[in-house]
Amino acid sequence: MTSIIGPASYKFFGVFPAALLSFILPIIGIGCFTYIMARRIAPLVRANPDNRFDHIGKRIQNLIVIWLGQMRQPRYMLAGVLHIFIFAGFLILSVRSVSLVIIGFSDGFVFPGLGGGLGLVYNFIKDYAATFVLIACIVAAVRRGIYKPKRYAVPEKYGKDHTAEAVFVLGIISTLMISESLFEATEAAFEFQKTGETHFLAPLTLVWIFRAMLSSVSPNILQGLHIFFYYVHDLAFFFFLCFLPMGKHFHVITSIFNVFFMRVRKGNIKPVMYGISDDKLDDLTSFGVKKLEDFTWKHMLDFYSCADCGRCSDQCPANAVGRPLSPRFITIKARDLIFKNYPMSGEIYDSGKLLVQDIYTEDEIWSCTTCGACEEECPLGIEYIDKMVDLRRGMVDEGLVPQSLQKPMKALEKRGNPYGKMEKKRAEWAEEKEFSALCQVKDLDGEKADTLYFVDSITSYDDNIQNIARKTSLILKKAGVDFGILGKLEKDSGNEVLRFGEEMLYQDLKSQNMEAILETGVKHIVTSDPHAYNALKNDYKGLPPVKHISQVVAEKIRTGELDLKPCLNPEKVYVYHDPCYLGRHNGIYEDPRQALDAIEGLNRVELEKSRDRSFCCGGGGLMLFYEPEEETRMGVLRVNMAAEAGATVIVTACPFCLVNIQDAIKVAGKEGQMEALDFTELIEQHLV
Amino acid sequence: MEILVCVKRVPDTAENEFELNGAGNDLDRDDLVYSVNEWDNYAVEEAIQIVDKVGGNVTVITVGDSESEEVLRREMAMGANNGILLSDDAFEGSDGKGIATILKAEIEKGKYDLILTGAQADEGAGQVGGMLAAMLDLPYASLVNKIEVSDGKIKVGREIEGGNQEMNEISLPCVLSIQTGINEPRYVGIRGIRKVASVEIPVKSASDLGLAADSIGKAGAKTKRIDYFVPDLGAGAEMLEGSTDEIIAKLIEKLKAKGGL
Repeated sequence: MTSIIGPASYKFFGVFPAALLSFILPIIGIGCFTYIMARRIAPLVRANPDNRFDHIGKRIQNLIVIWLGQMRQPRYMLAGVLHIFIFAGFLILSVRSVSLVIIGFSDGFVFPGLGGGLGLVYNFIKDYAATFVLIACIVAAVRRGIYKPKRYAVPEKYGKDHTAEAVFVLGIISTLMISESLFEATEAAFEFQKTGETHFLAPLTLVWIFRAMLSSVSPNILQGLHIFFYYVHDLAFFFFLCFLPMGKHFHVITSIFNVFFMRVRKGNIKPVMYGISDDKLDDLTSFGVKKLEDFTWKHMLDFYSCADCGRCSDQCPANAVGRPLSPRFITIKARDLIFKNYPMSGEIYDSGKLLVQDIYTEDEIWSCTTCGACEEECPLGIEYIDKMVDLRRGMVDEGLVPQSLQKPMKALEKRGNPYGKMEKKRAEWAEEKEFSALCQVKDLDGEKADTLYFVDSITSYDDNIQNIARKTSLILKKAGVDFGILGKLEKDSGNEVLRFGEEMLYQDLKSQNMEAILETGVKHIVTSDPHAYNALKNDYKGLPPVKHISQVVAEKIRTGELDLKPCLNPEKVYVYHDPCYLGRHNGIYEDPRQALDAIEGLNRVELEKSRDRSFCCGGGGLMLFYEPEEETRMGVLRVNMAAEAGATVIVTACPFCLVNIQDAIKVAGKEGQMEALDFTELIEQHLV
Repeated sequence: MEILVCVKRVPDTAENEFELNGAGNDLDRDDLVYSVNEWDNYAVEEAIQIVDKVGGNVTVITVGDSESEEVLRREMAMGANNGILLSDDAFEGSDGKGIATILKAEIEKGKYDLILTGAQADEGAGQVGGMLAAMLDLPYASLVNKIEVSDGKIKVGREIEGGNQEMNEISLPCVLSIQTGINEPRYVGIRGIRKVASVEIPVKSASDLGLAADSIGKAGAKTKRIDYFVPDLGAGAEMLEGSTDEIIAKLIEKLKAKGGL
């Protein structure tokens, strides 16, 4: 006998054919897996609808970039690179693992096409893949088990630590790598002993090392080890397959679907119910998410897909200031509840309680500023904003709204602004003497203009912020834009009303604004408020194109219609803070920076957390009224970051950022050392 | 438990800027927005919570014009089961006693275990609850900030001087006037109001209630408002003017000058 007997021909104790075992194991494994998956899919079937079959091109692109390309992984360098190794190894070795299962009852099986030269190349690569995966697993296990990065810690209130599960799975993966290599190494060593021939093995791979280690072991033992490690691999493989859907490693299976179905548009909010148009909302008996099954199937898939990496919570500003919200546990708690209510065997049951009274708390759900940092970071495309909004819709429907928010909501209903100020005073900012001498703002309720300046509530009514309206007007005038305002006909854009779950109030504000805007016949809309910009651009439908003032300024500088003076304060150090609703939600990062850089001699630095990793100032709209439990303010952390970057002036392009940062400078005790300035104010100072 | 809550539609203090009218005898009521009297809203929430616990019905009632229906619907959207609107031109100009007379006429037609009113409304007199109790010959507790319901009896609490709390037992049926802060009223949105938009609310007039014309309205009023004004500045009082920042700066300056800081 010159070659080793494979599992397909091997007989245990000389009689019992191993092939039978090789055949039964996959049947049991696949049977169990199918059953488990059927139980796991049950809640998805009962979930609410979700329209995720649009924008197929963009979805395929996401699949290539985010899933296959793992582009979001290196945002956390060490963990990300380790993951890329393990992920790539899995993809490469999946072919080998499947063919190994078949080898169990068909000696020497190779997939068609992998028999010749391509097979040699594949074997070469997969041996390195297995080796790198094992190394990555060891490094990852040391990192998780010994160094324990803070990101993975589970605060007591959120349940038990997940390190054991993580290390256990790394152990299974390592077992797969080692058994696969030993299966092959025993055959190579056997062949060497019998024939004295050594066929080529990739140097320094596991197989290569194991063959060297086994070179003097007797052929009988090698034969035994060959069969033993085959079944170690086979068992580990099917155990792993059935273990995946039991916890955070479900993402190995679900990630491809989750990334394909992830959010493709930005800045928008899902409808109350897919398939129900806005004018049919009154027919719905319930709004939002109250119980588990009210989530959409994609949101349930999100819960399954979470790998518990903690990046969302690491980026979450609410979590950073000690608010009772950690996005990671929004997911983990829901997954635990699914596992509890949809057990592997026995009856599926309904806990009967509202989610916000069962697994979540009301404050937890109100704590989110919808800044989007979590979604930007998640390597699996898990979303949070729509879930928060859906949970809030459920709370609003049940009347569970904190008193601090009830007043502004009622004022919005009665007066169209959260302050309860009179409609007729909405345009009073334009009557200030010094300003009205320089610029007369048209009221489009009567007058005509090409462009509408949508001011929105805070800029219209807040004494301190009205300046942004005046500066914006002066810039537009200088740039030769023929513009006007809606005056008393303008209502709050409702960006936060929608995001705080008061859908019908939002619908009401939207239809009043839509009617007033379309009535004017304007061709363009400009706003200085990113929240209004977002609502008009992404939530409203059928309006003329909307621009933020920073886009207009950057464009007019490029065309030469606006000229800026050299910097009036060249000794100051400026830093630009990206507002969430301008940056992350709408991708406007460069225009404001280009405009600032067009001021000659302006000394500008960058924050470490900038662009799509910008840190929320504390939230806008209704969030200004909410009284959260927190240890510090988001704005204070942001001001400290700016101080660390060496800045003395924080420039922002959002009225809410300005309010929050101005307050935070005082709270942080940095008055006199630092100042906050709106983009429009800085630009207007430098108009020629 | 059958609970009746008396509510009133009033100009909303949070969403209005109050100015006197030309005649100087009332607010300038053009451009005002109205809502349910804040105290009444707490009373309705308390009634709903009691019914949630022990069962029964909550009925909301108001004396007012046709627009007052809006506040009944809002309270029904909160969870009140029934609404009754008492409306008649003859009710106009009623004083506190007149309003209590009108309410009494309707309350006598039903059978209520508990009658709640807000401690006071926009005019600040706080008299209807007490008068109503006297007319109905029922026990009365005012400024109630805590209610504990047990079999056939209830305990009611009131905050007294120095932040102390007292509890009293009171037999049913009774009338209570409710203080704000007794609970956290739930939110009612447009959607909630639309859901009850088509629920019928009976409207009853003076003749439905069998009220004599001279006991209500202007004719029955024994009190009459004769003036309404912003008080003159007294000696030592000063109004600071300017933007918020300027006012704050001036205030700080004054406090410093007087040794307050």
